[in-house]
Amino acid sequence: MSATKTKERKIVISPVTRVEGHGKVTIRLDEKGKVDQARFHIVEFRGFERFAQGRFYWEMPVIIQRLCGICPVSHHLAAAKATDLIVGVDQLSPTAEKMRRLMHLGQTFQSHALHFFHLASPDLLLGFDADPKIRNVIGVALKHPDLVKMAILMRKYGQEVIKATAGKKVHGTAAIPGGINKNLSVPERDELKKDIGQMLEWSVAGLNLLKKFYHDDIKRMSGFAAFDSNHLSIVAPDGRFDLYDGNLRAKDAAGKLIFDQVKNADYYKVIQEEVRSWSYMKFPFIKSLGPEKGWYRVGPLARVNNCDYMDAPLAEKERQEFMKLGEGRLVNATMAYHWARLIELLYSAEKIQELLNDKDLQGTELVREARHRGHPRRDQQEPVGSGARRAQEGHRPDAGVVGGGAQLIEEVLPRRHQAHVRLRRLRLQPPLHRGPGRPLRLV
Amino acid sequence: MGKVKVATTAMTSCFGCHMSILDIDERLLDLIELVEFDKSPIDDIKEFTGPVDVGIIEGGVSNDENLEVIRSFRKHCKILISIGECAIEGGIPAMRNAVPLKECLEEAYLKGPTVYNPKGRIPDDPDIPMLMNKVYPVHEVVKVDYFMPGCPPPADQIWAVLTALLTGKPIELPYEFIKKD
Ligand code: SF4
Repeated sequence: MSATKTKERKIVISPVTRVEGHGKVTIRLDEKGKVDQARFHIVEFRGFERFAQGRFYWEMPVIIQRLCGICPVSHHLAAAKATDLIVGVDQLSPTAEKMRRLMHLGQTFQSHALHFFHLASPDLLLGFDADPKIRNVIGVALKHPDLVKMAILMRKYGQEVIKATAGKKVHGTAAIPGGINKNLSVPERDELKKDIGQMLEWSVAGLNLLKKFYHDDIKRMSGFAAFDSNHLSIVAPDGRFDLYDGNLRAKDAAGKLIFDQVKNADYYKVIQEEVRSWSYMKFPFIKSLGPEKGWYRVGPLARVNNCDYMDAPLAEKERQEFMKLGEGRLVNATMAYHWARLIELLYSAEKIQELLNDKDLQGTELVREARHRGHPRRDQQEPVGSGARRAQEGHRPDAGVVGGGAQLIEEVLPRRHQAHVRLRRLRLQPPLHRGPGRPLRLV
Repeated sequence: MGKVKVATTAMTSCFGCHMSILDIDERLLDLIELVEFDKSPIDDIKEFTGPVDVGIIEGGVSNDENLEVIRSFRKHCKILISIGECAIEGGIPAMRNAVPLKECLEEAYLKGPTVYNPKGRIPDDPDIPMLMNKVYPVHEVVKVDYFMPGCPPPADQIWAVLTALLTGKPIELPYEFIKKD
């Protein structure tokens, strides 16, 4: 071993570009020039797990989303959902839930358009082997200006949906514990309605473009980096495709269920994350299968593979066609991620259209008040006898308004609202200083 | 005069500022008429190909690799712009400055509810960057010429700065361009 070590050669690709995140690849070759080890390192550590602790819970939707500026909405909403649980709101108002859903669809629409057109398409349109100098979205723009214009406008549309629902294109502020802080105004809705037909059309066009590439180069597309894996995603209780909420489902490469309908808050019961010395990213795996065999795919491919159906007619037709690629098993080709992603893009466009026609979005019930959950049920949480003891002390199990817990929530909620009001007042202040403009110099 | 060369990077950050650059939307097509991108996460140029006019930095400095990147940006770029709170004051990642680094690492790699780490080892391979105790704003490490505030700065602000730079005209920044949330 030590002899080969000295002759070992290492190829480093750093940074990995045209991806969403901070990565690096190292490939070690043995003395014969064969690949001995290939690793993908996540090189970023920030410490959210720790520094988020001890903060106000209502800050979470705006802190946690700073994990990622490309998909901030997903993190914004995940954190907001956690705070819903904290304040005891199990069911949002229809307006709040649909606003959040629309926000998330704007997110998938823009991020999928970005991924496919801005980041991935240079490989397809200019070729895997194209000169790195031009193998980027600008290179594509110079060669296929119309396509890039379309891509820019699609991403812009998704961002406009986010702005209308979240208040801002990147890192919005709309999802708050128990609901949302704005609805969709009629002018906002009408503005978005104007272009949704075009977006649908372009989503279909993008998907057809990819399918053509796929079929024209079927050997490479279905063979390149294809490998069997497990797949994990959320699905609705009836197995429907869903992006905003649902339960966990995992399948193996052949499509056999590993687990299903695990409540999302119980994730830690079915998933673990292995720590390895060479990446700041942990390596998640399905607990029952162990670290060696339990790793799984996520994202568009897993979601499309895992669901039973999509409740969007065009996307559902595409999904059925897509699933045929797997010939009875799940689709395990890595390049099929693009395909699945564009099906989700189409799904998002269809669902955005549906929601733009939904009057609930103009509703005015934005935040629901917390409801006291009552004390934990005796049979689940506590040793026999303690309930009786607590009853003596003045606690009534399952009662809505009695006991320290309810008072606590009542105390906390108004304070939270006060804080929001304070924040808003601050925001309305004019900037302190805005001196005259001065020329910026290039030298 | 040839096209103005621009390089960009994202260090300890979330890529949101780069997204805001893309949010200039159709103006991107005008931009690429005027500028040529060098090293940037949106293309495949990994090393500087030569001197560059403008370097746009997203994110603070939190590890030895960031340090290397930022020094090489200073060396290659005539002017450097810090974009966003992370670059200007460390931003959200600098929240870890209030906690010992050790605690952050322990929470992520030893104590978290899903952690599987039989050897109790915290990532330490030479192939991943070494973390600094604190997250630093860019201008505490190298000289920075201009700052674009916001988290992220609105696309209109970015466009105003870029056009002011490219045309040499005085910059106009109405309130909406620097308004935050
Ligand atoms: S300033 Fe805000 S948007 Fe920019 S990288 Fe930092 S967290 Fe992301």
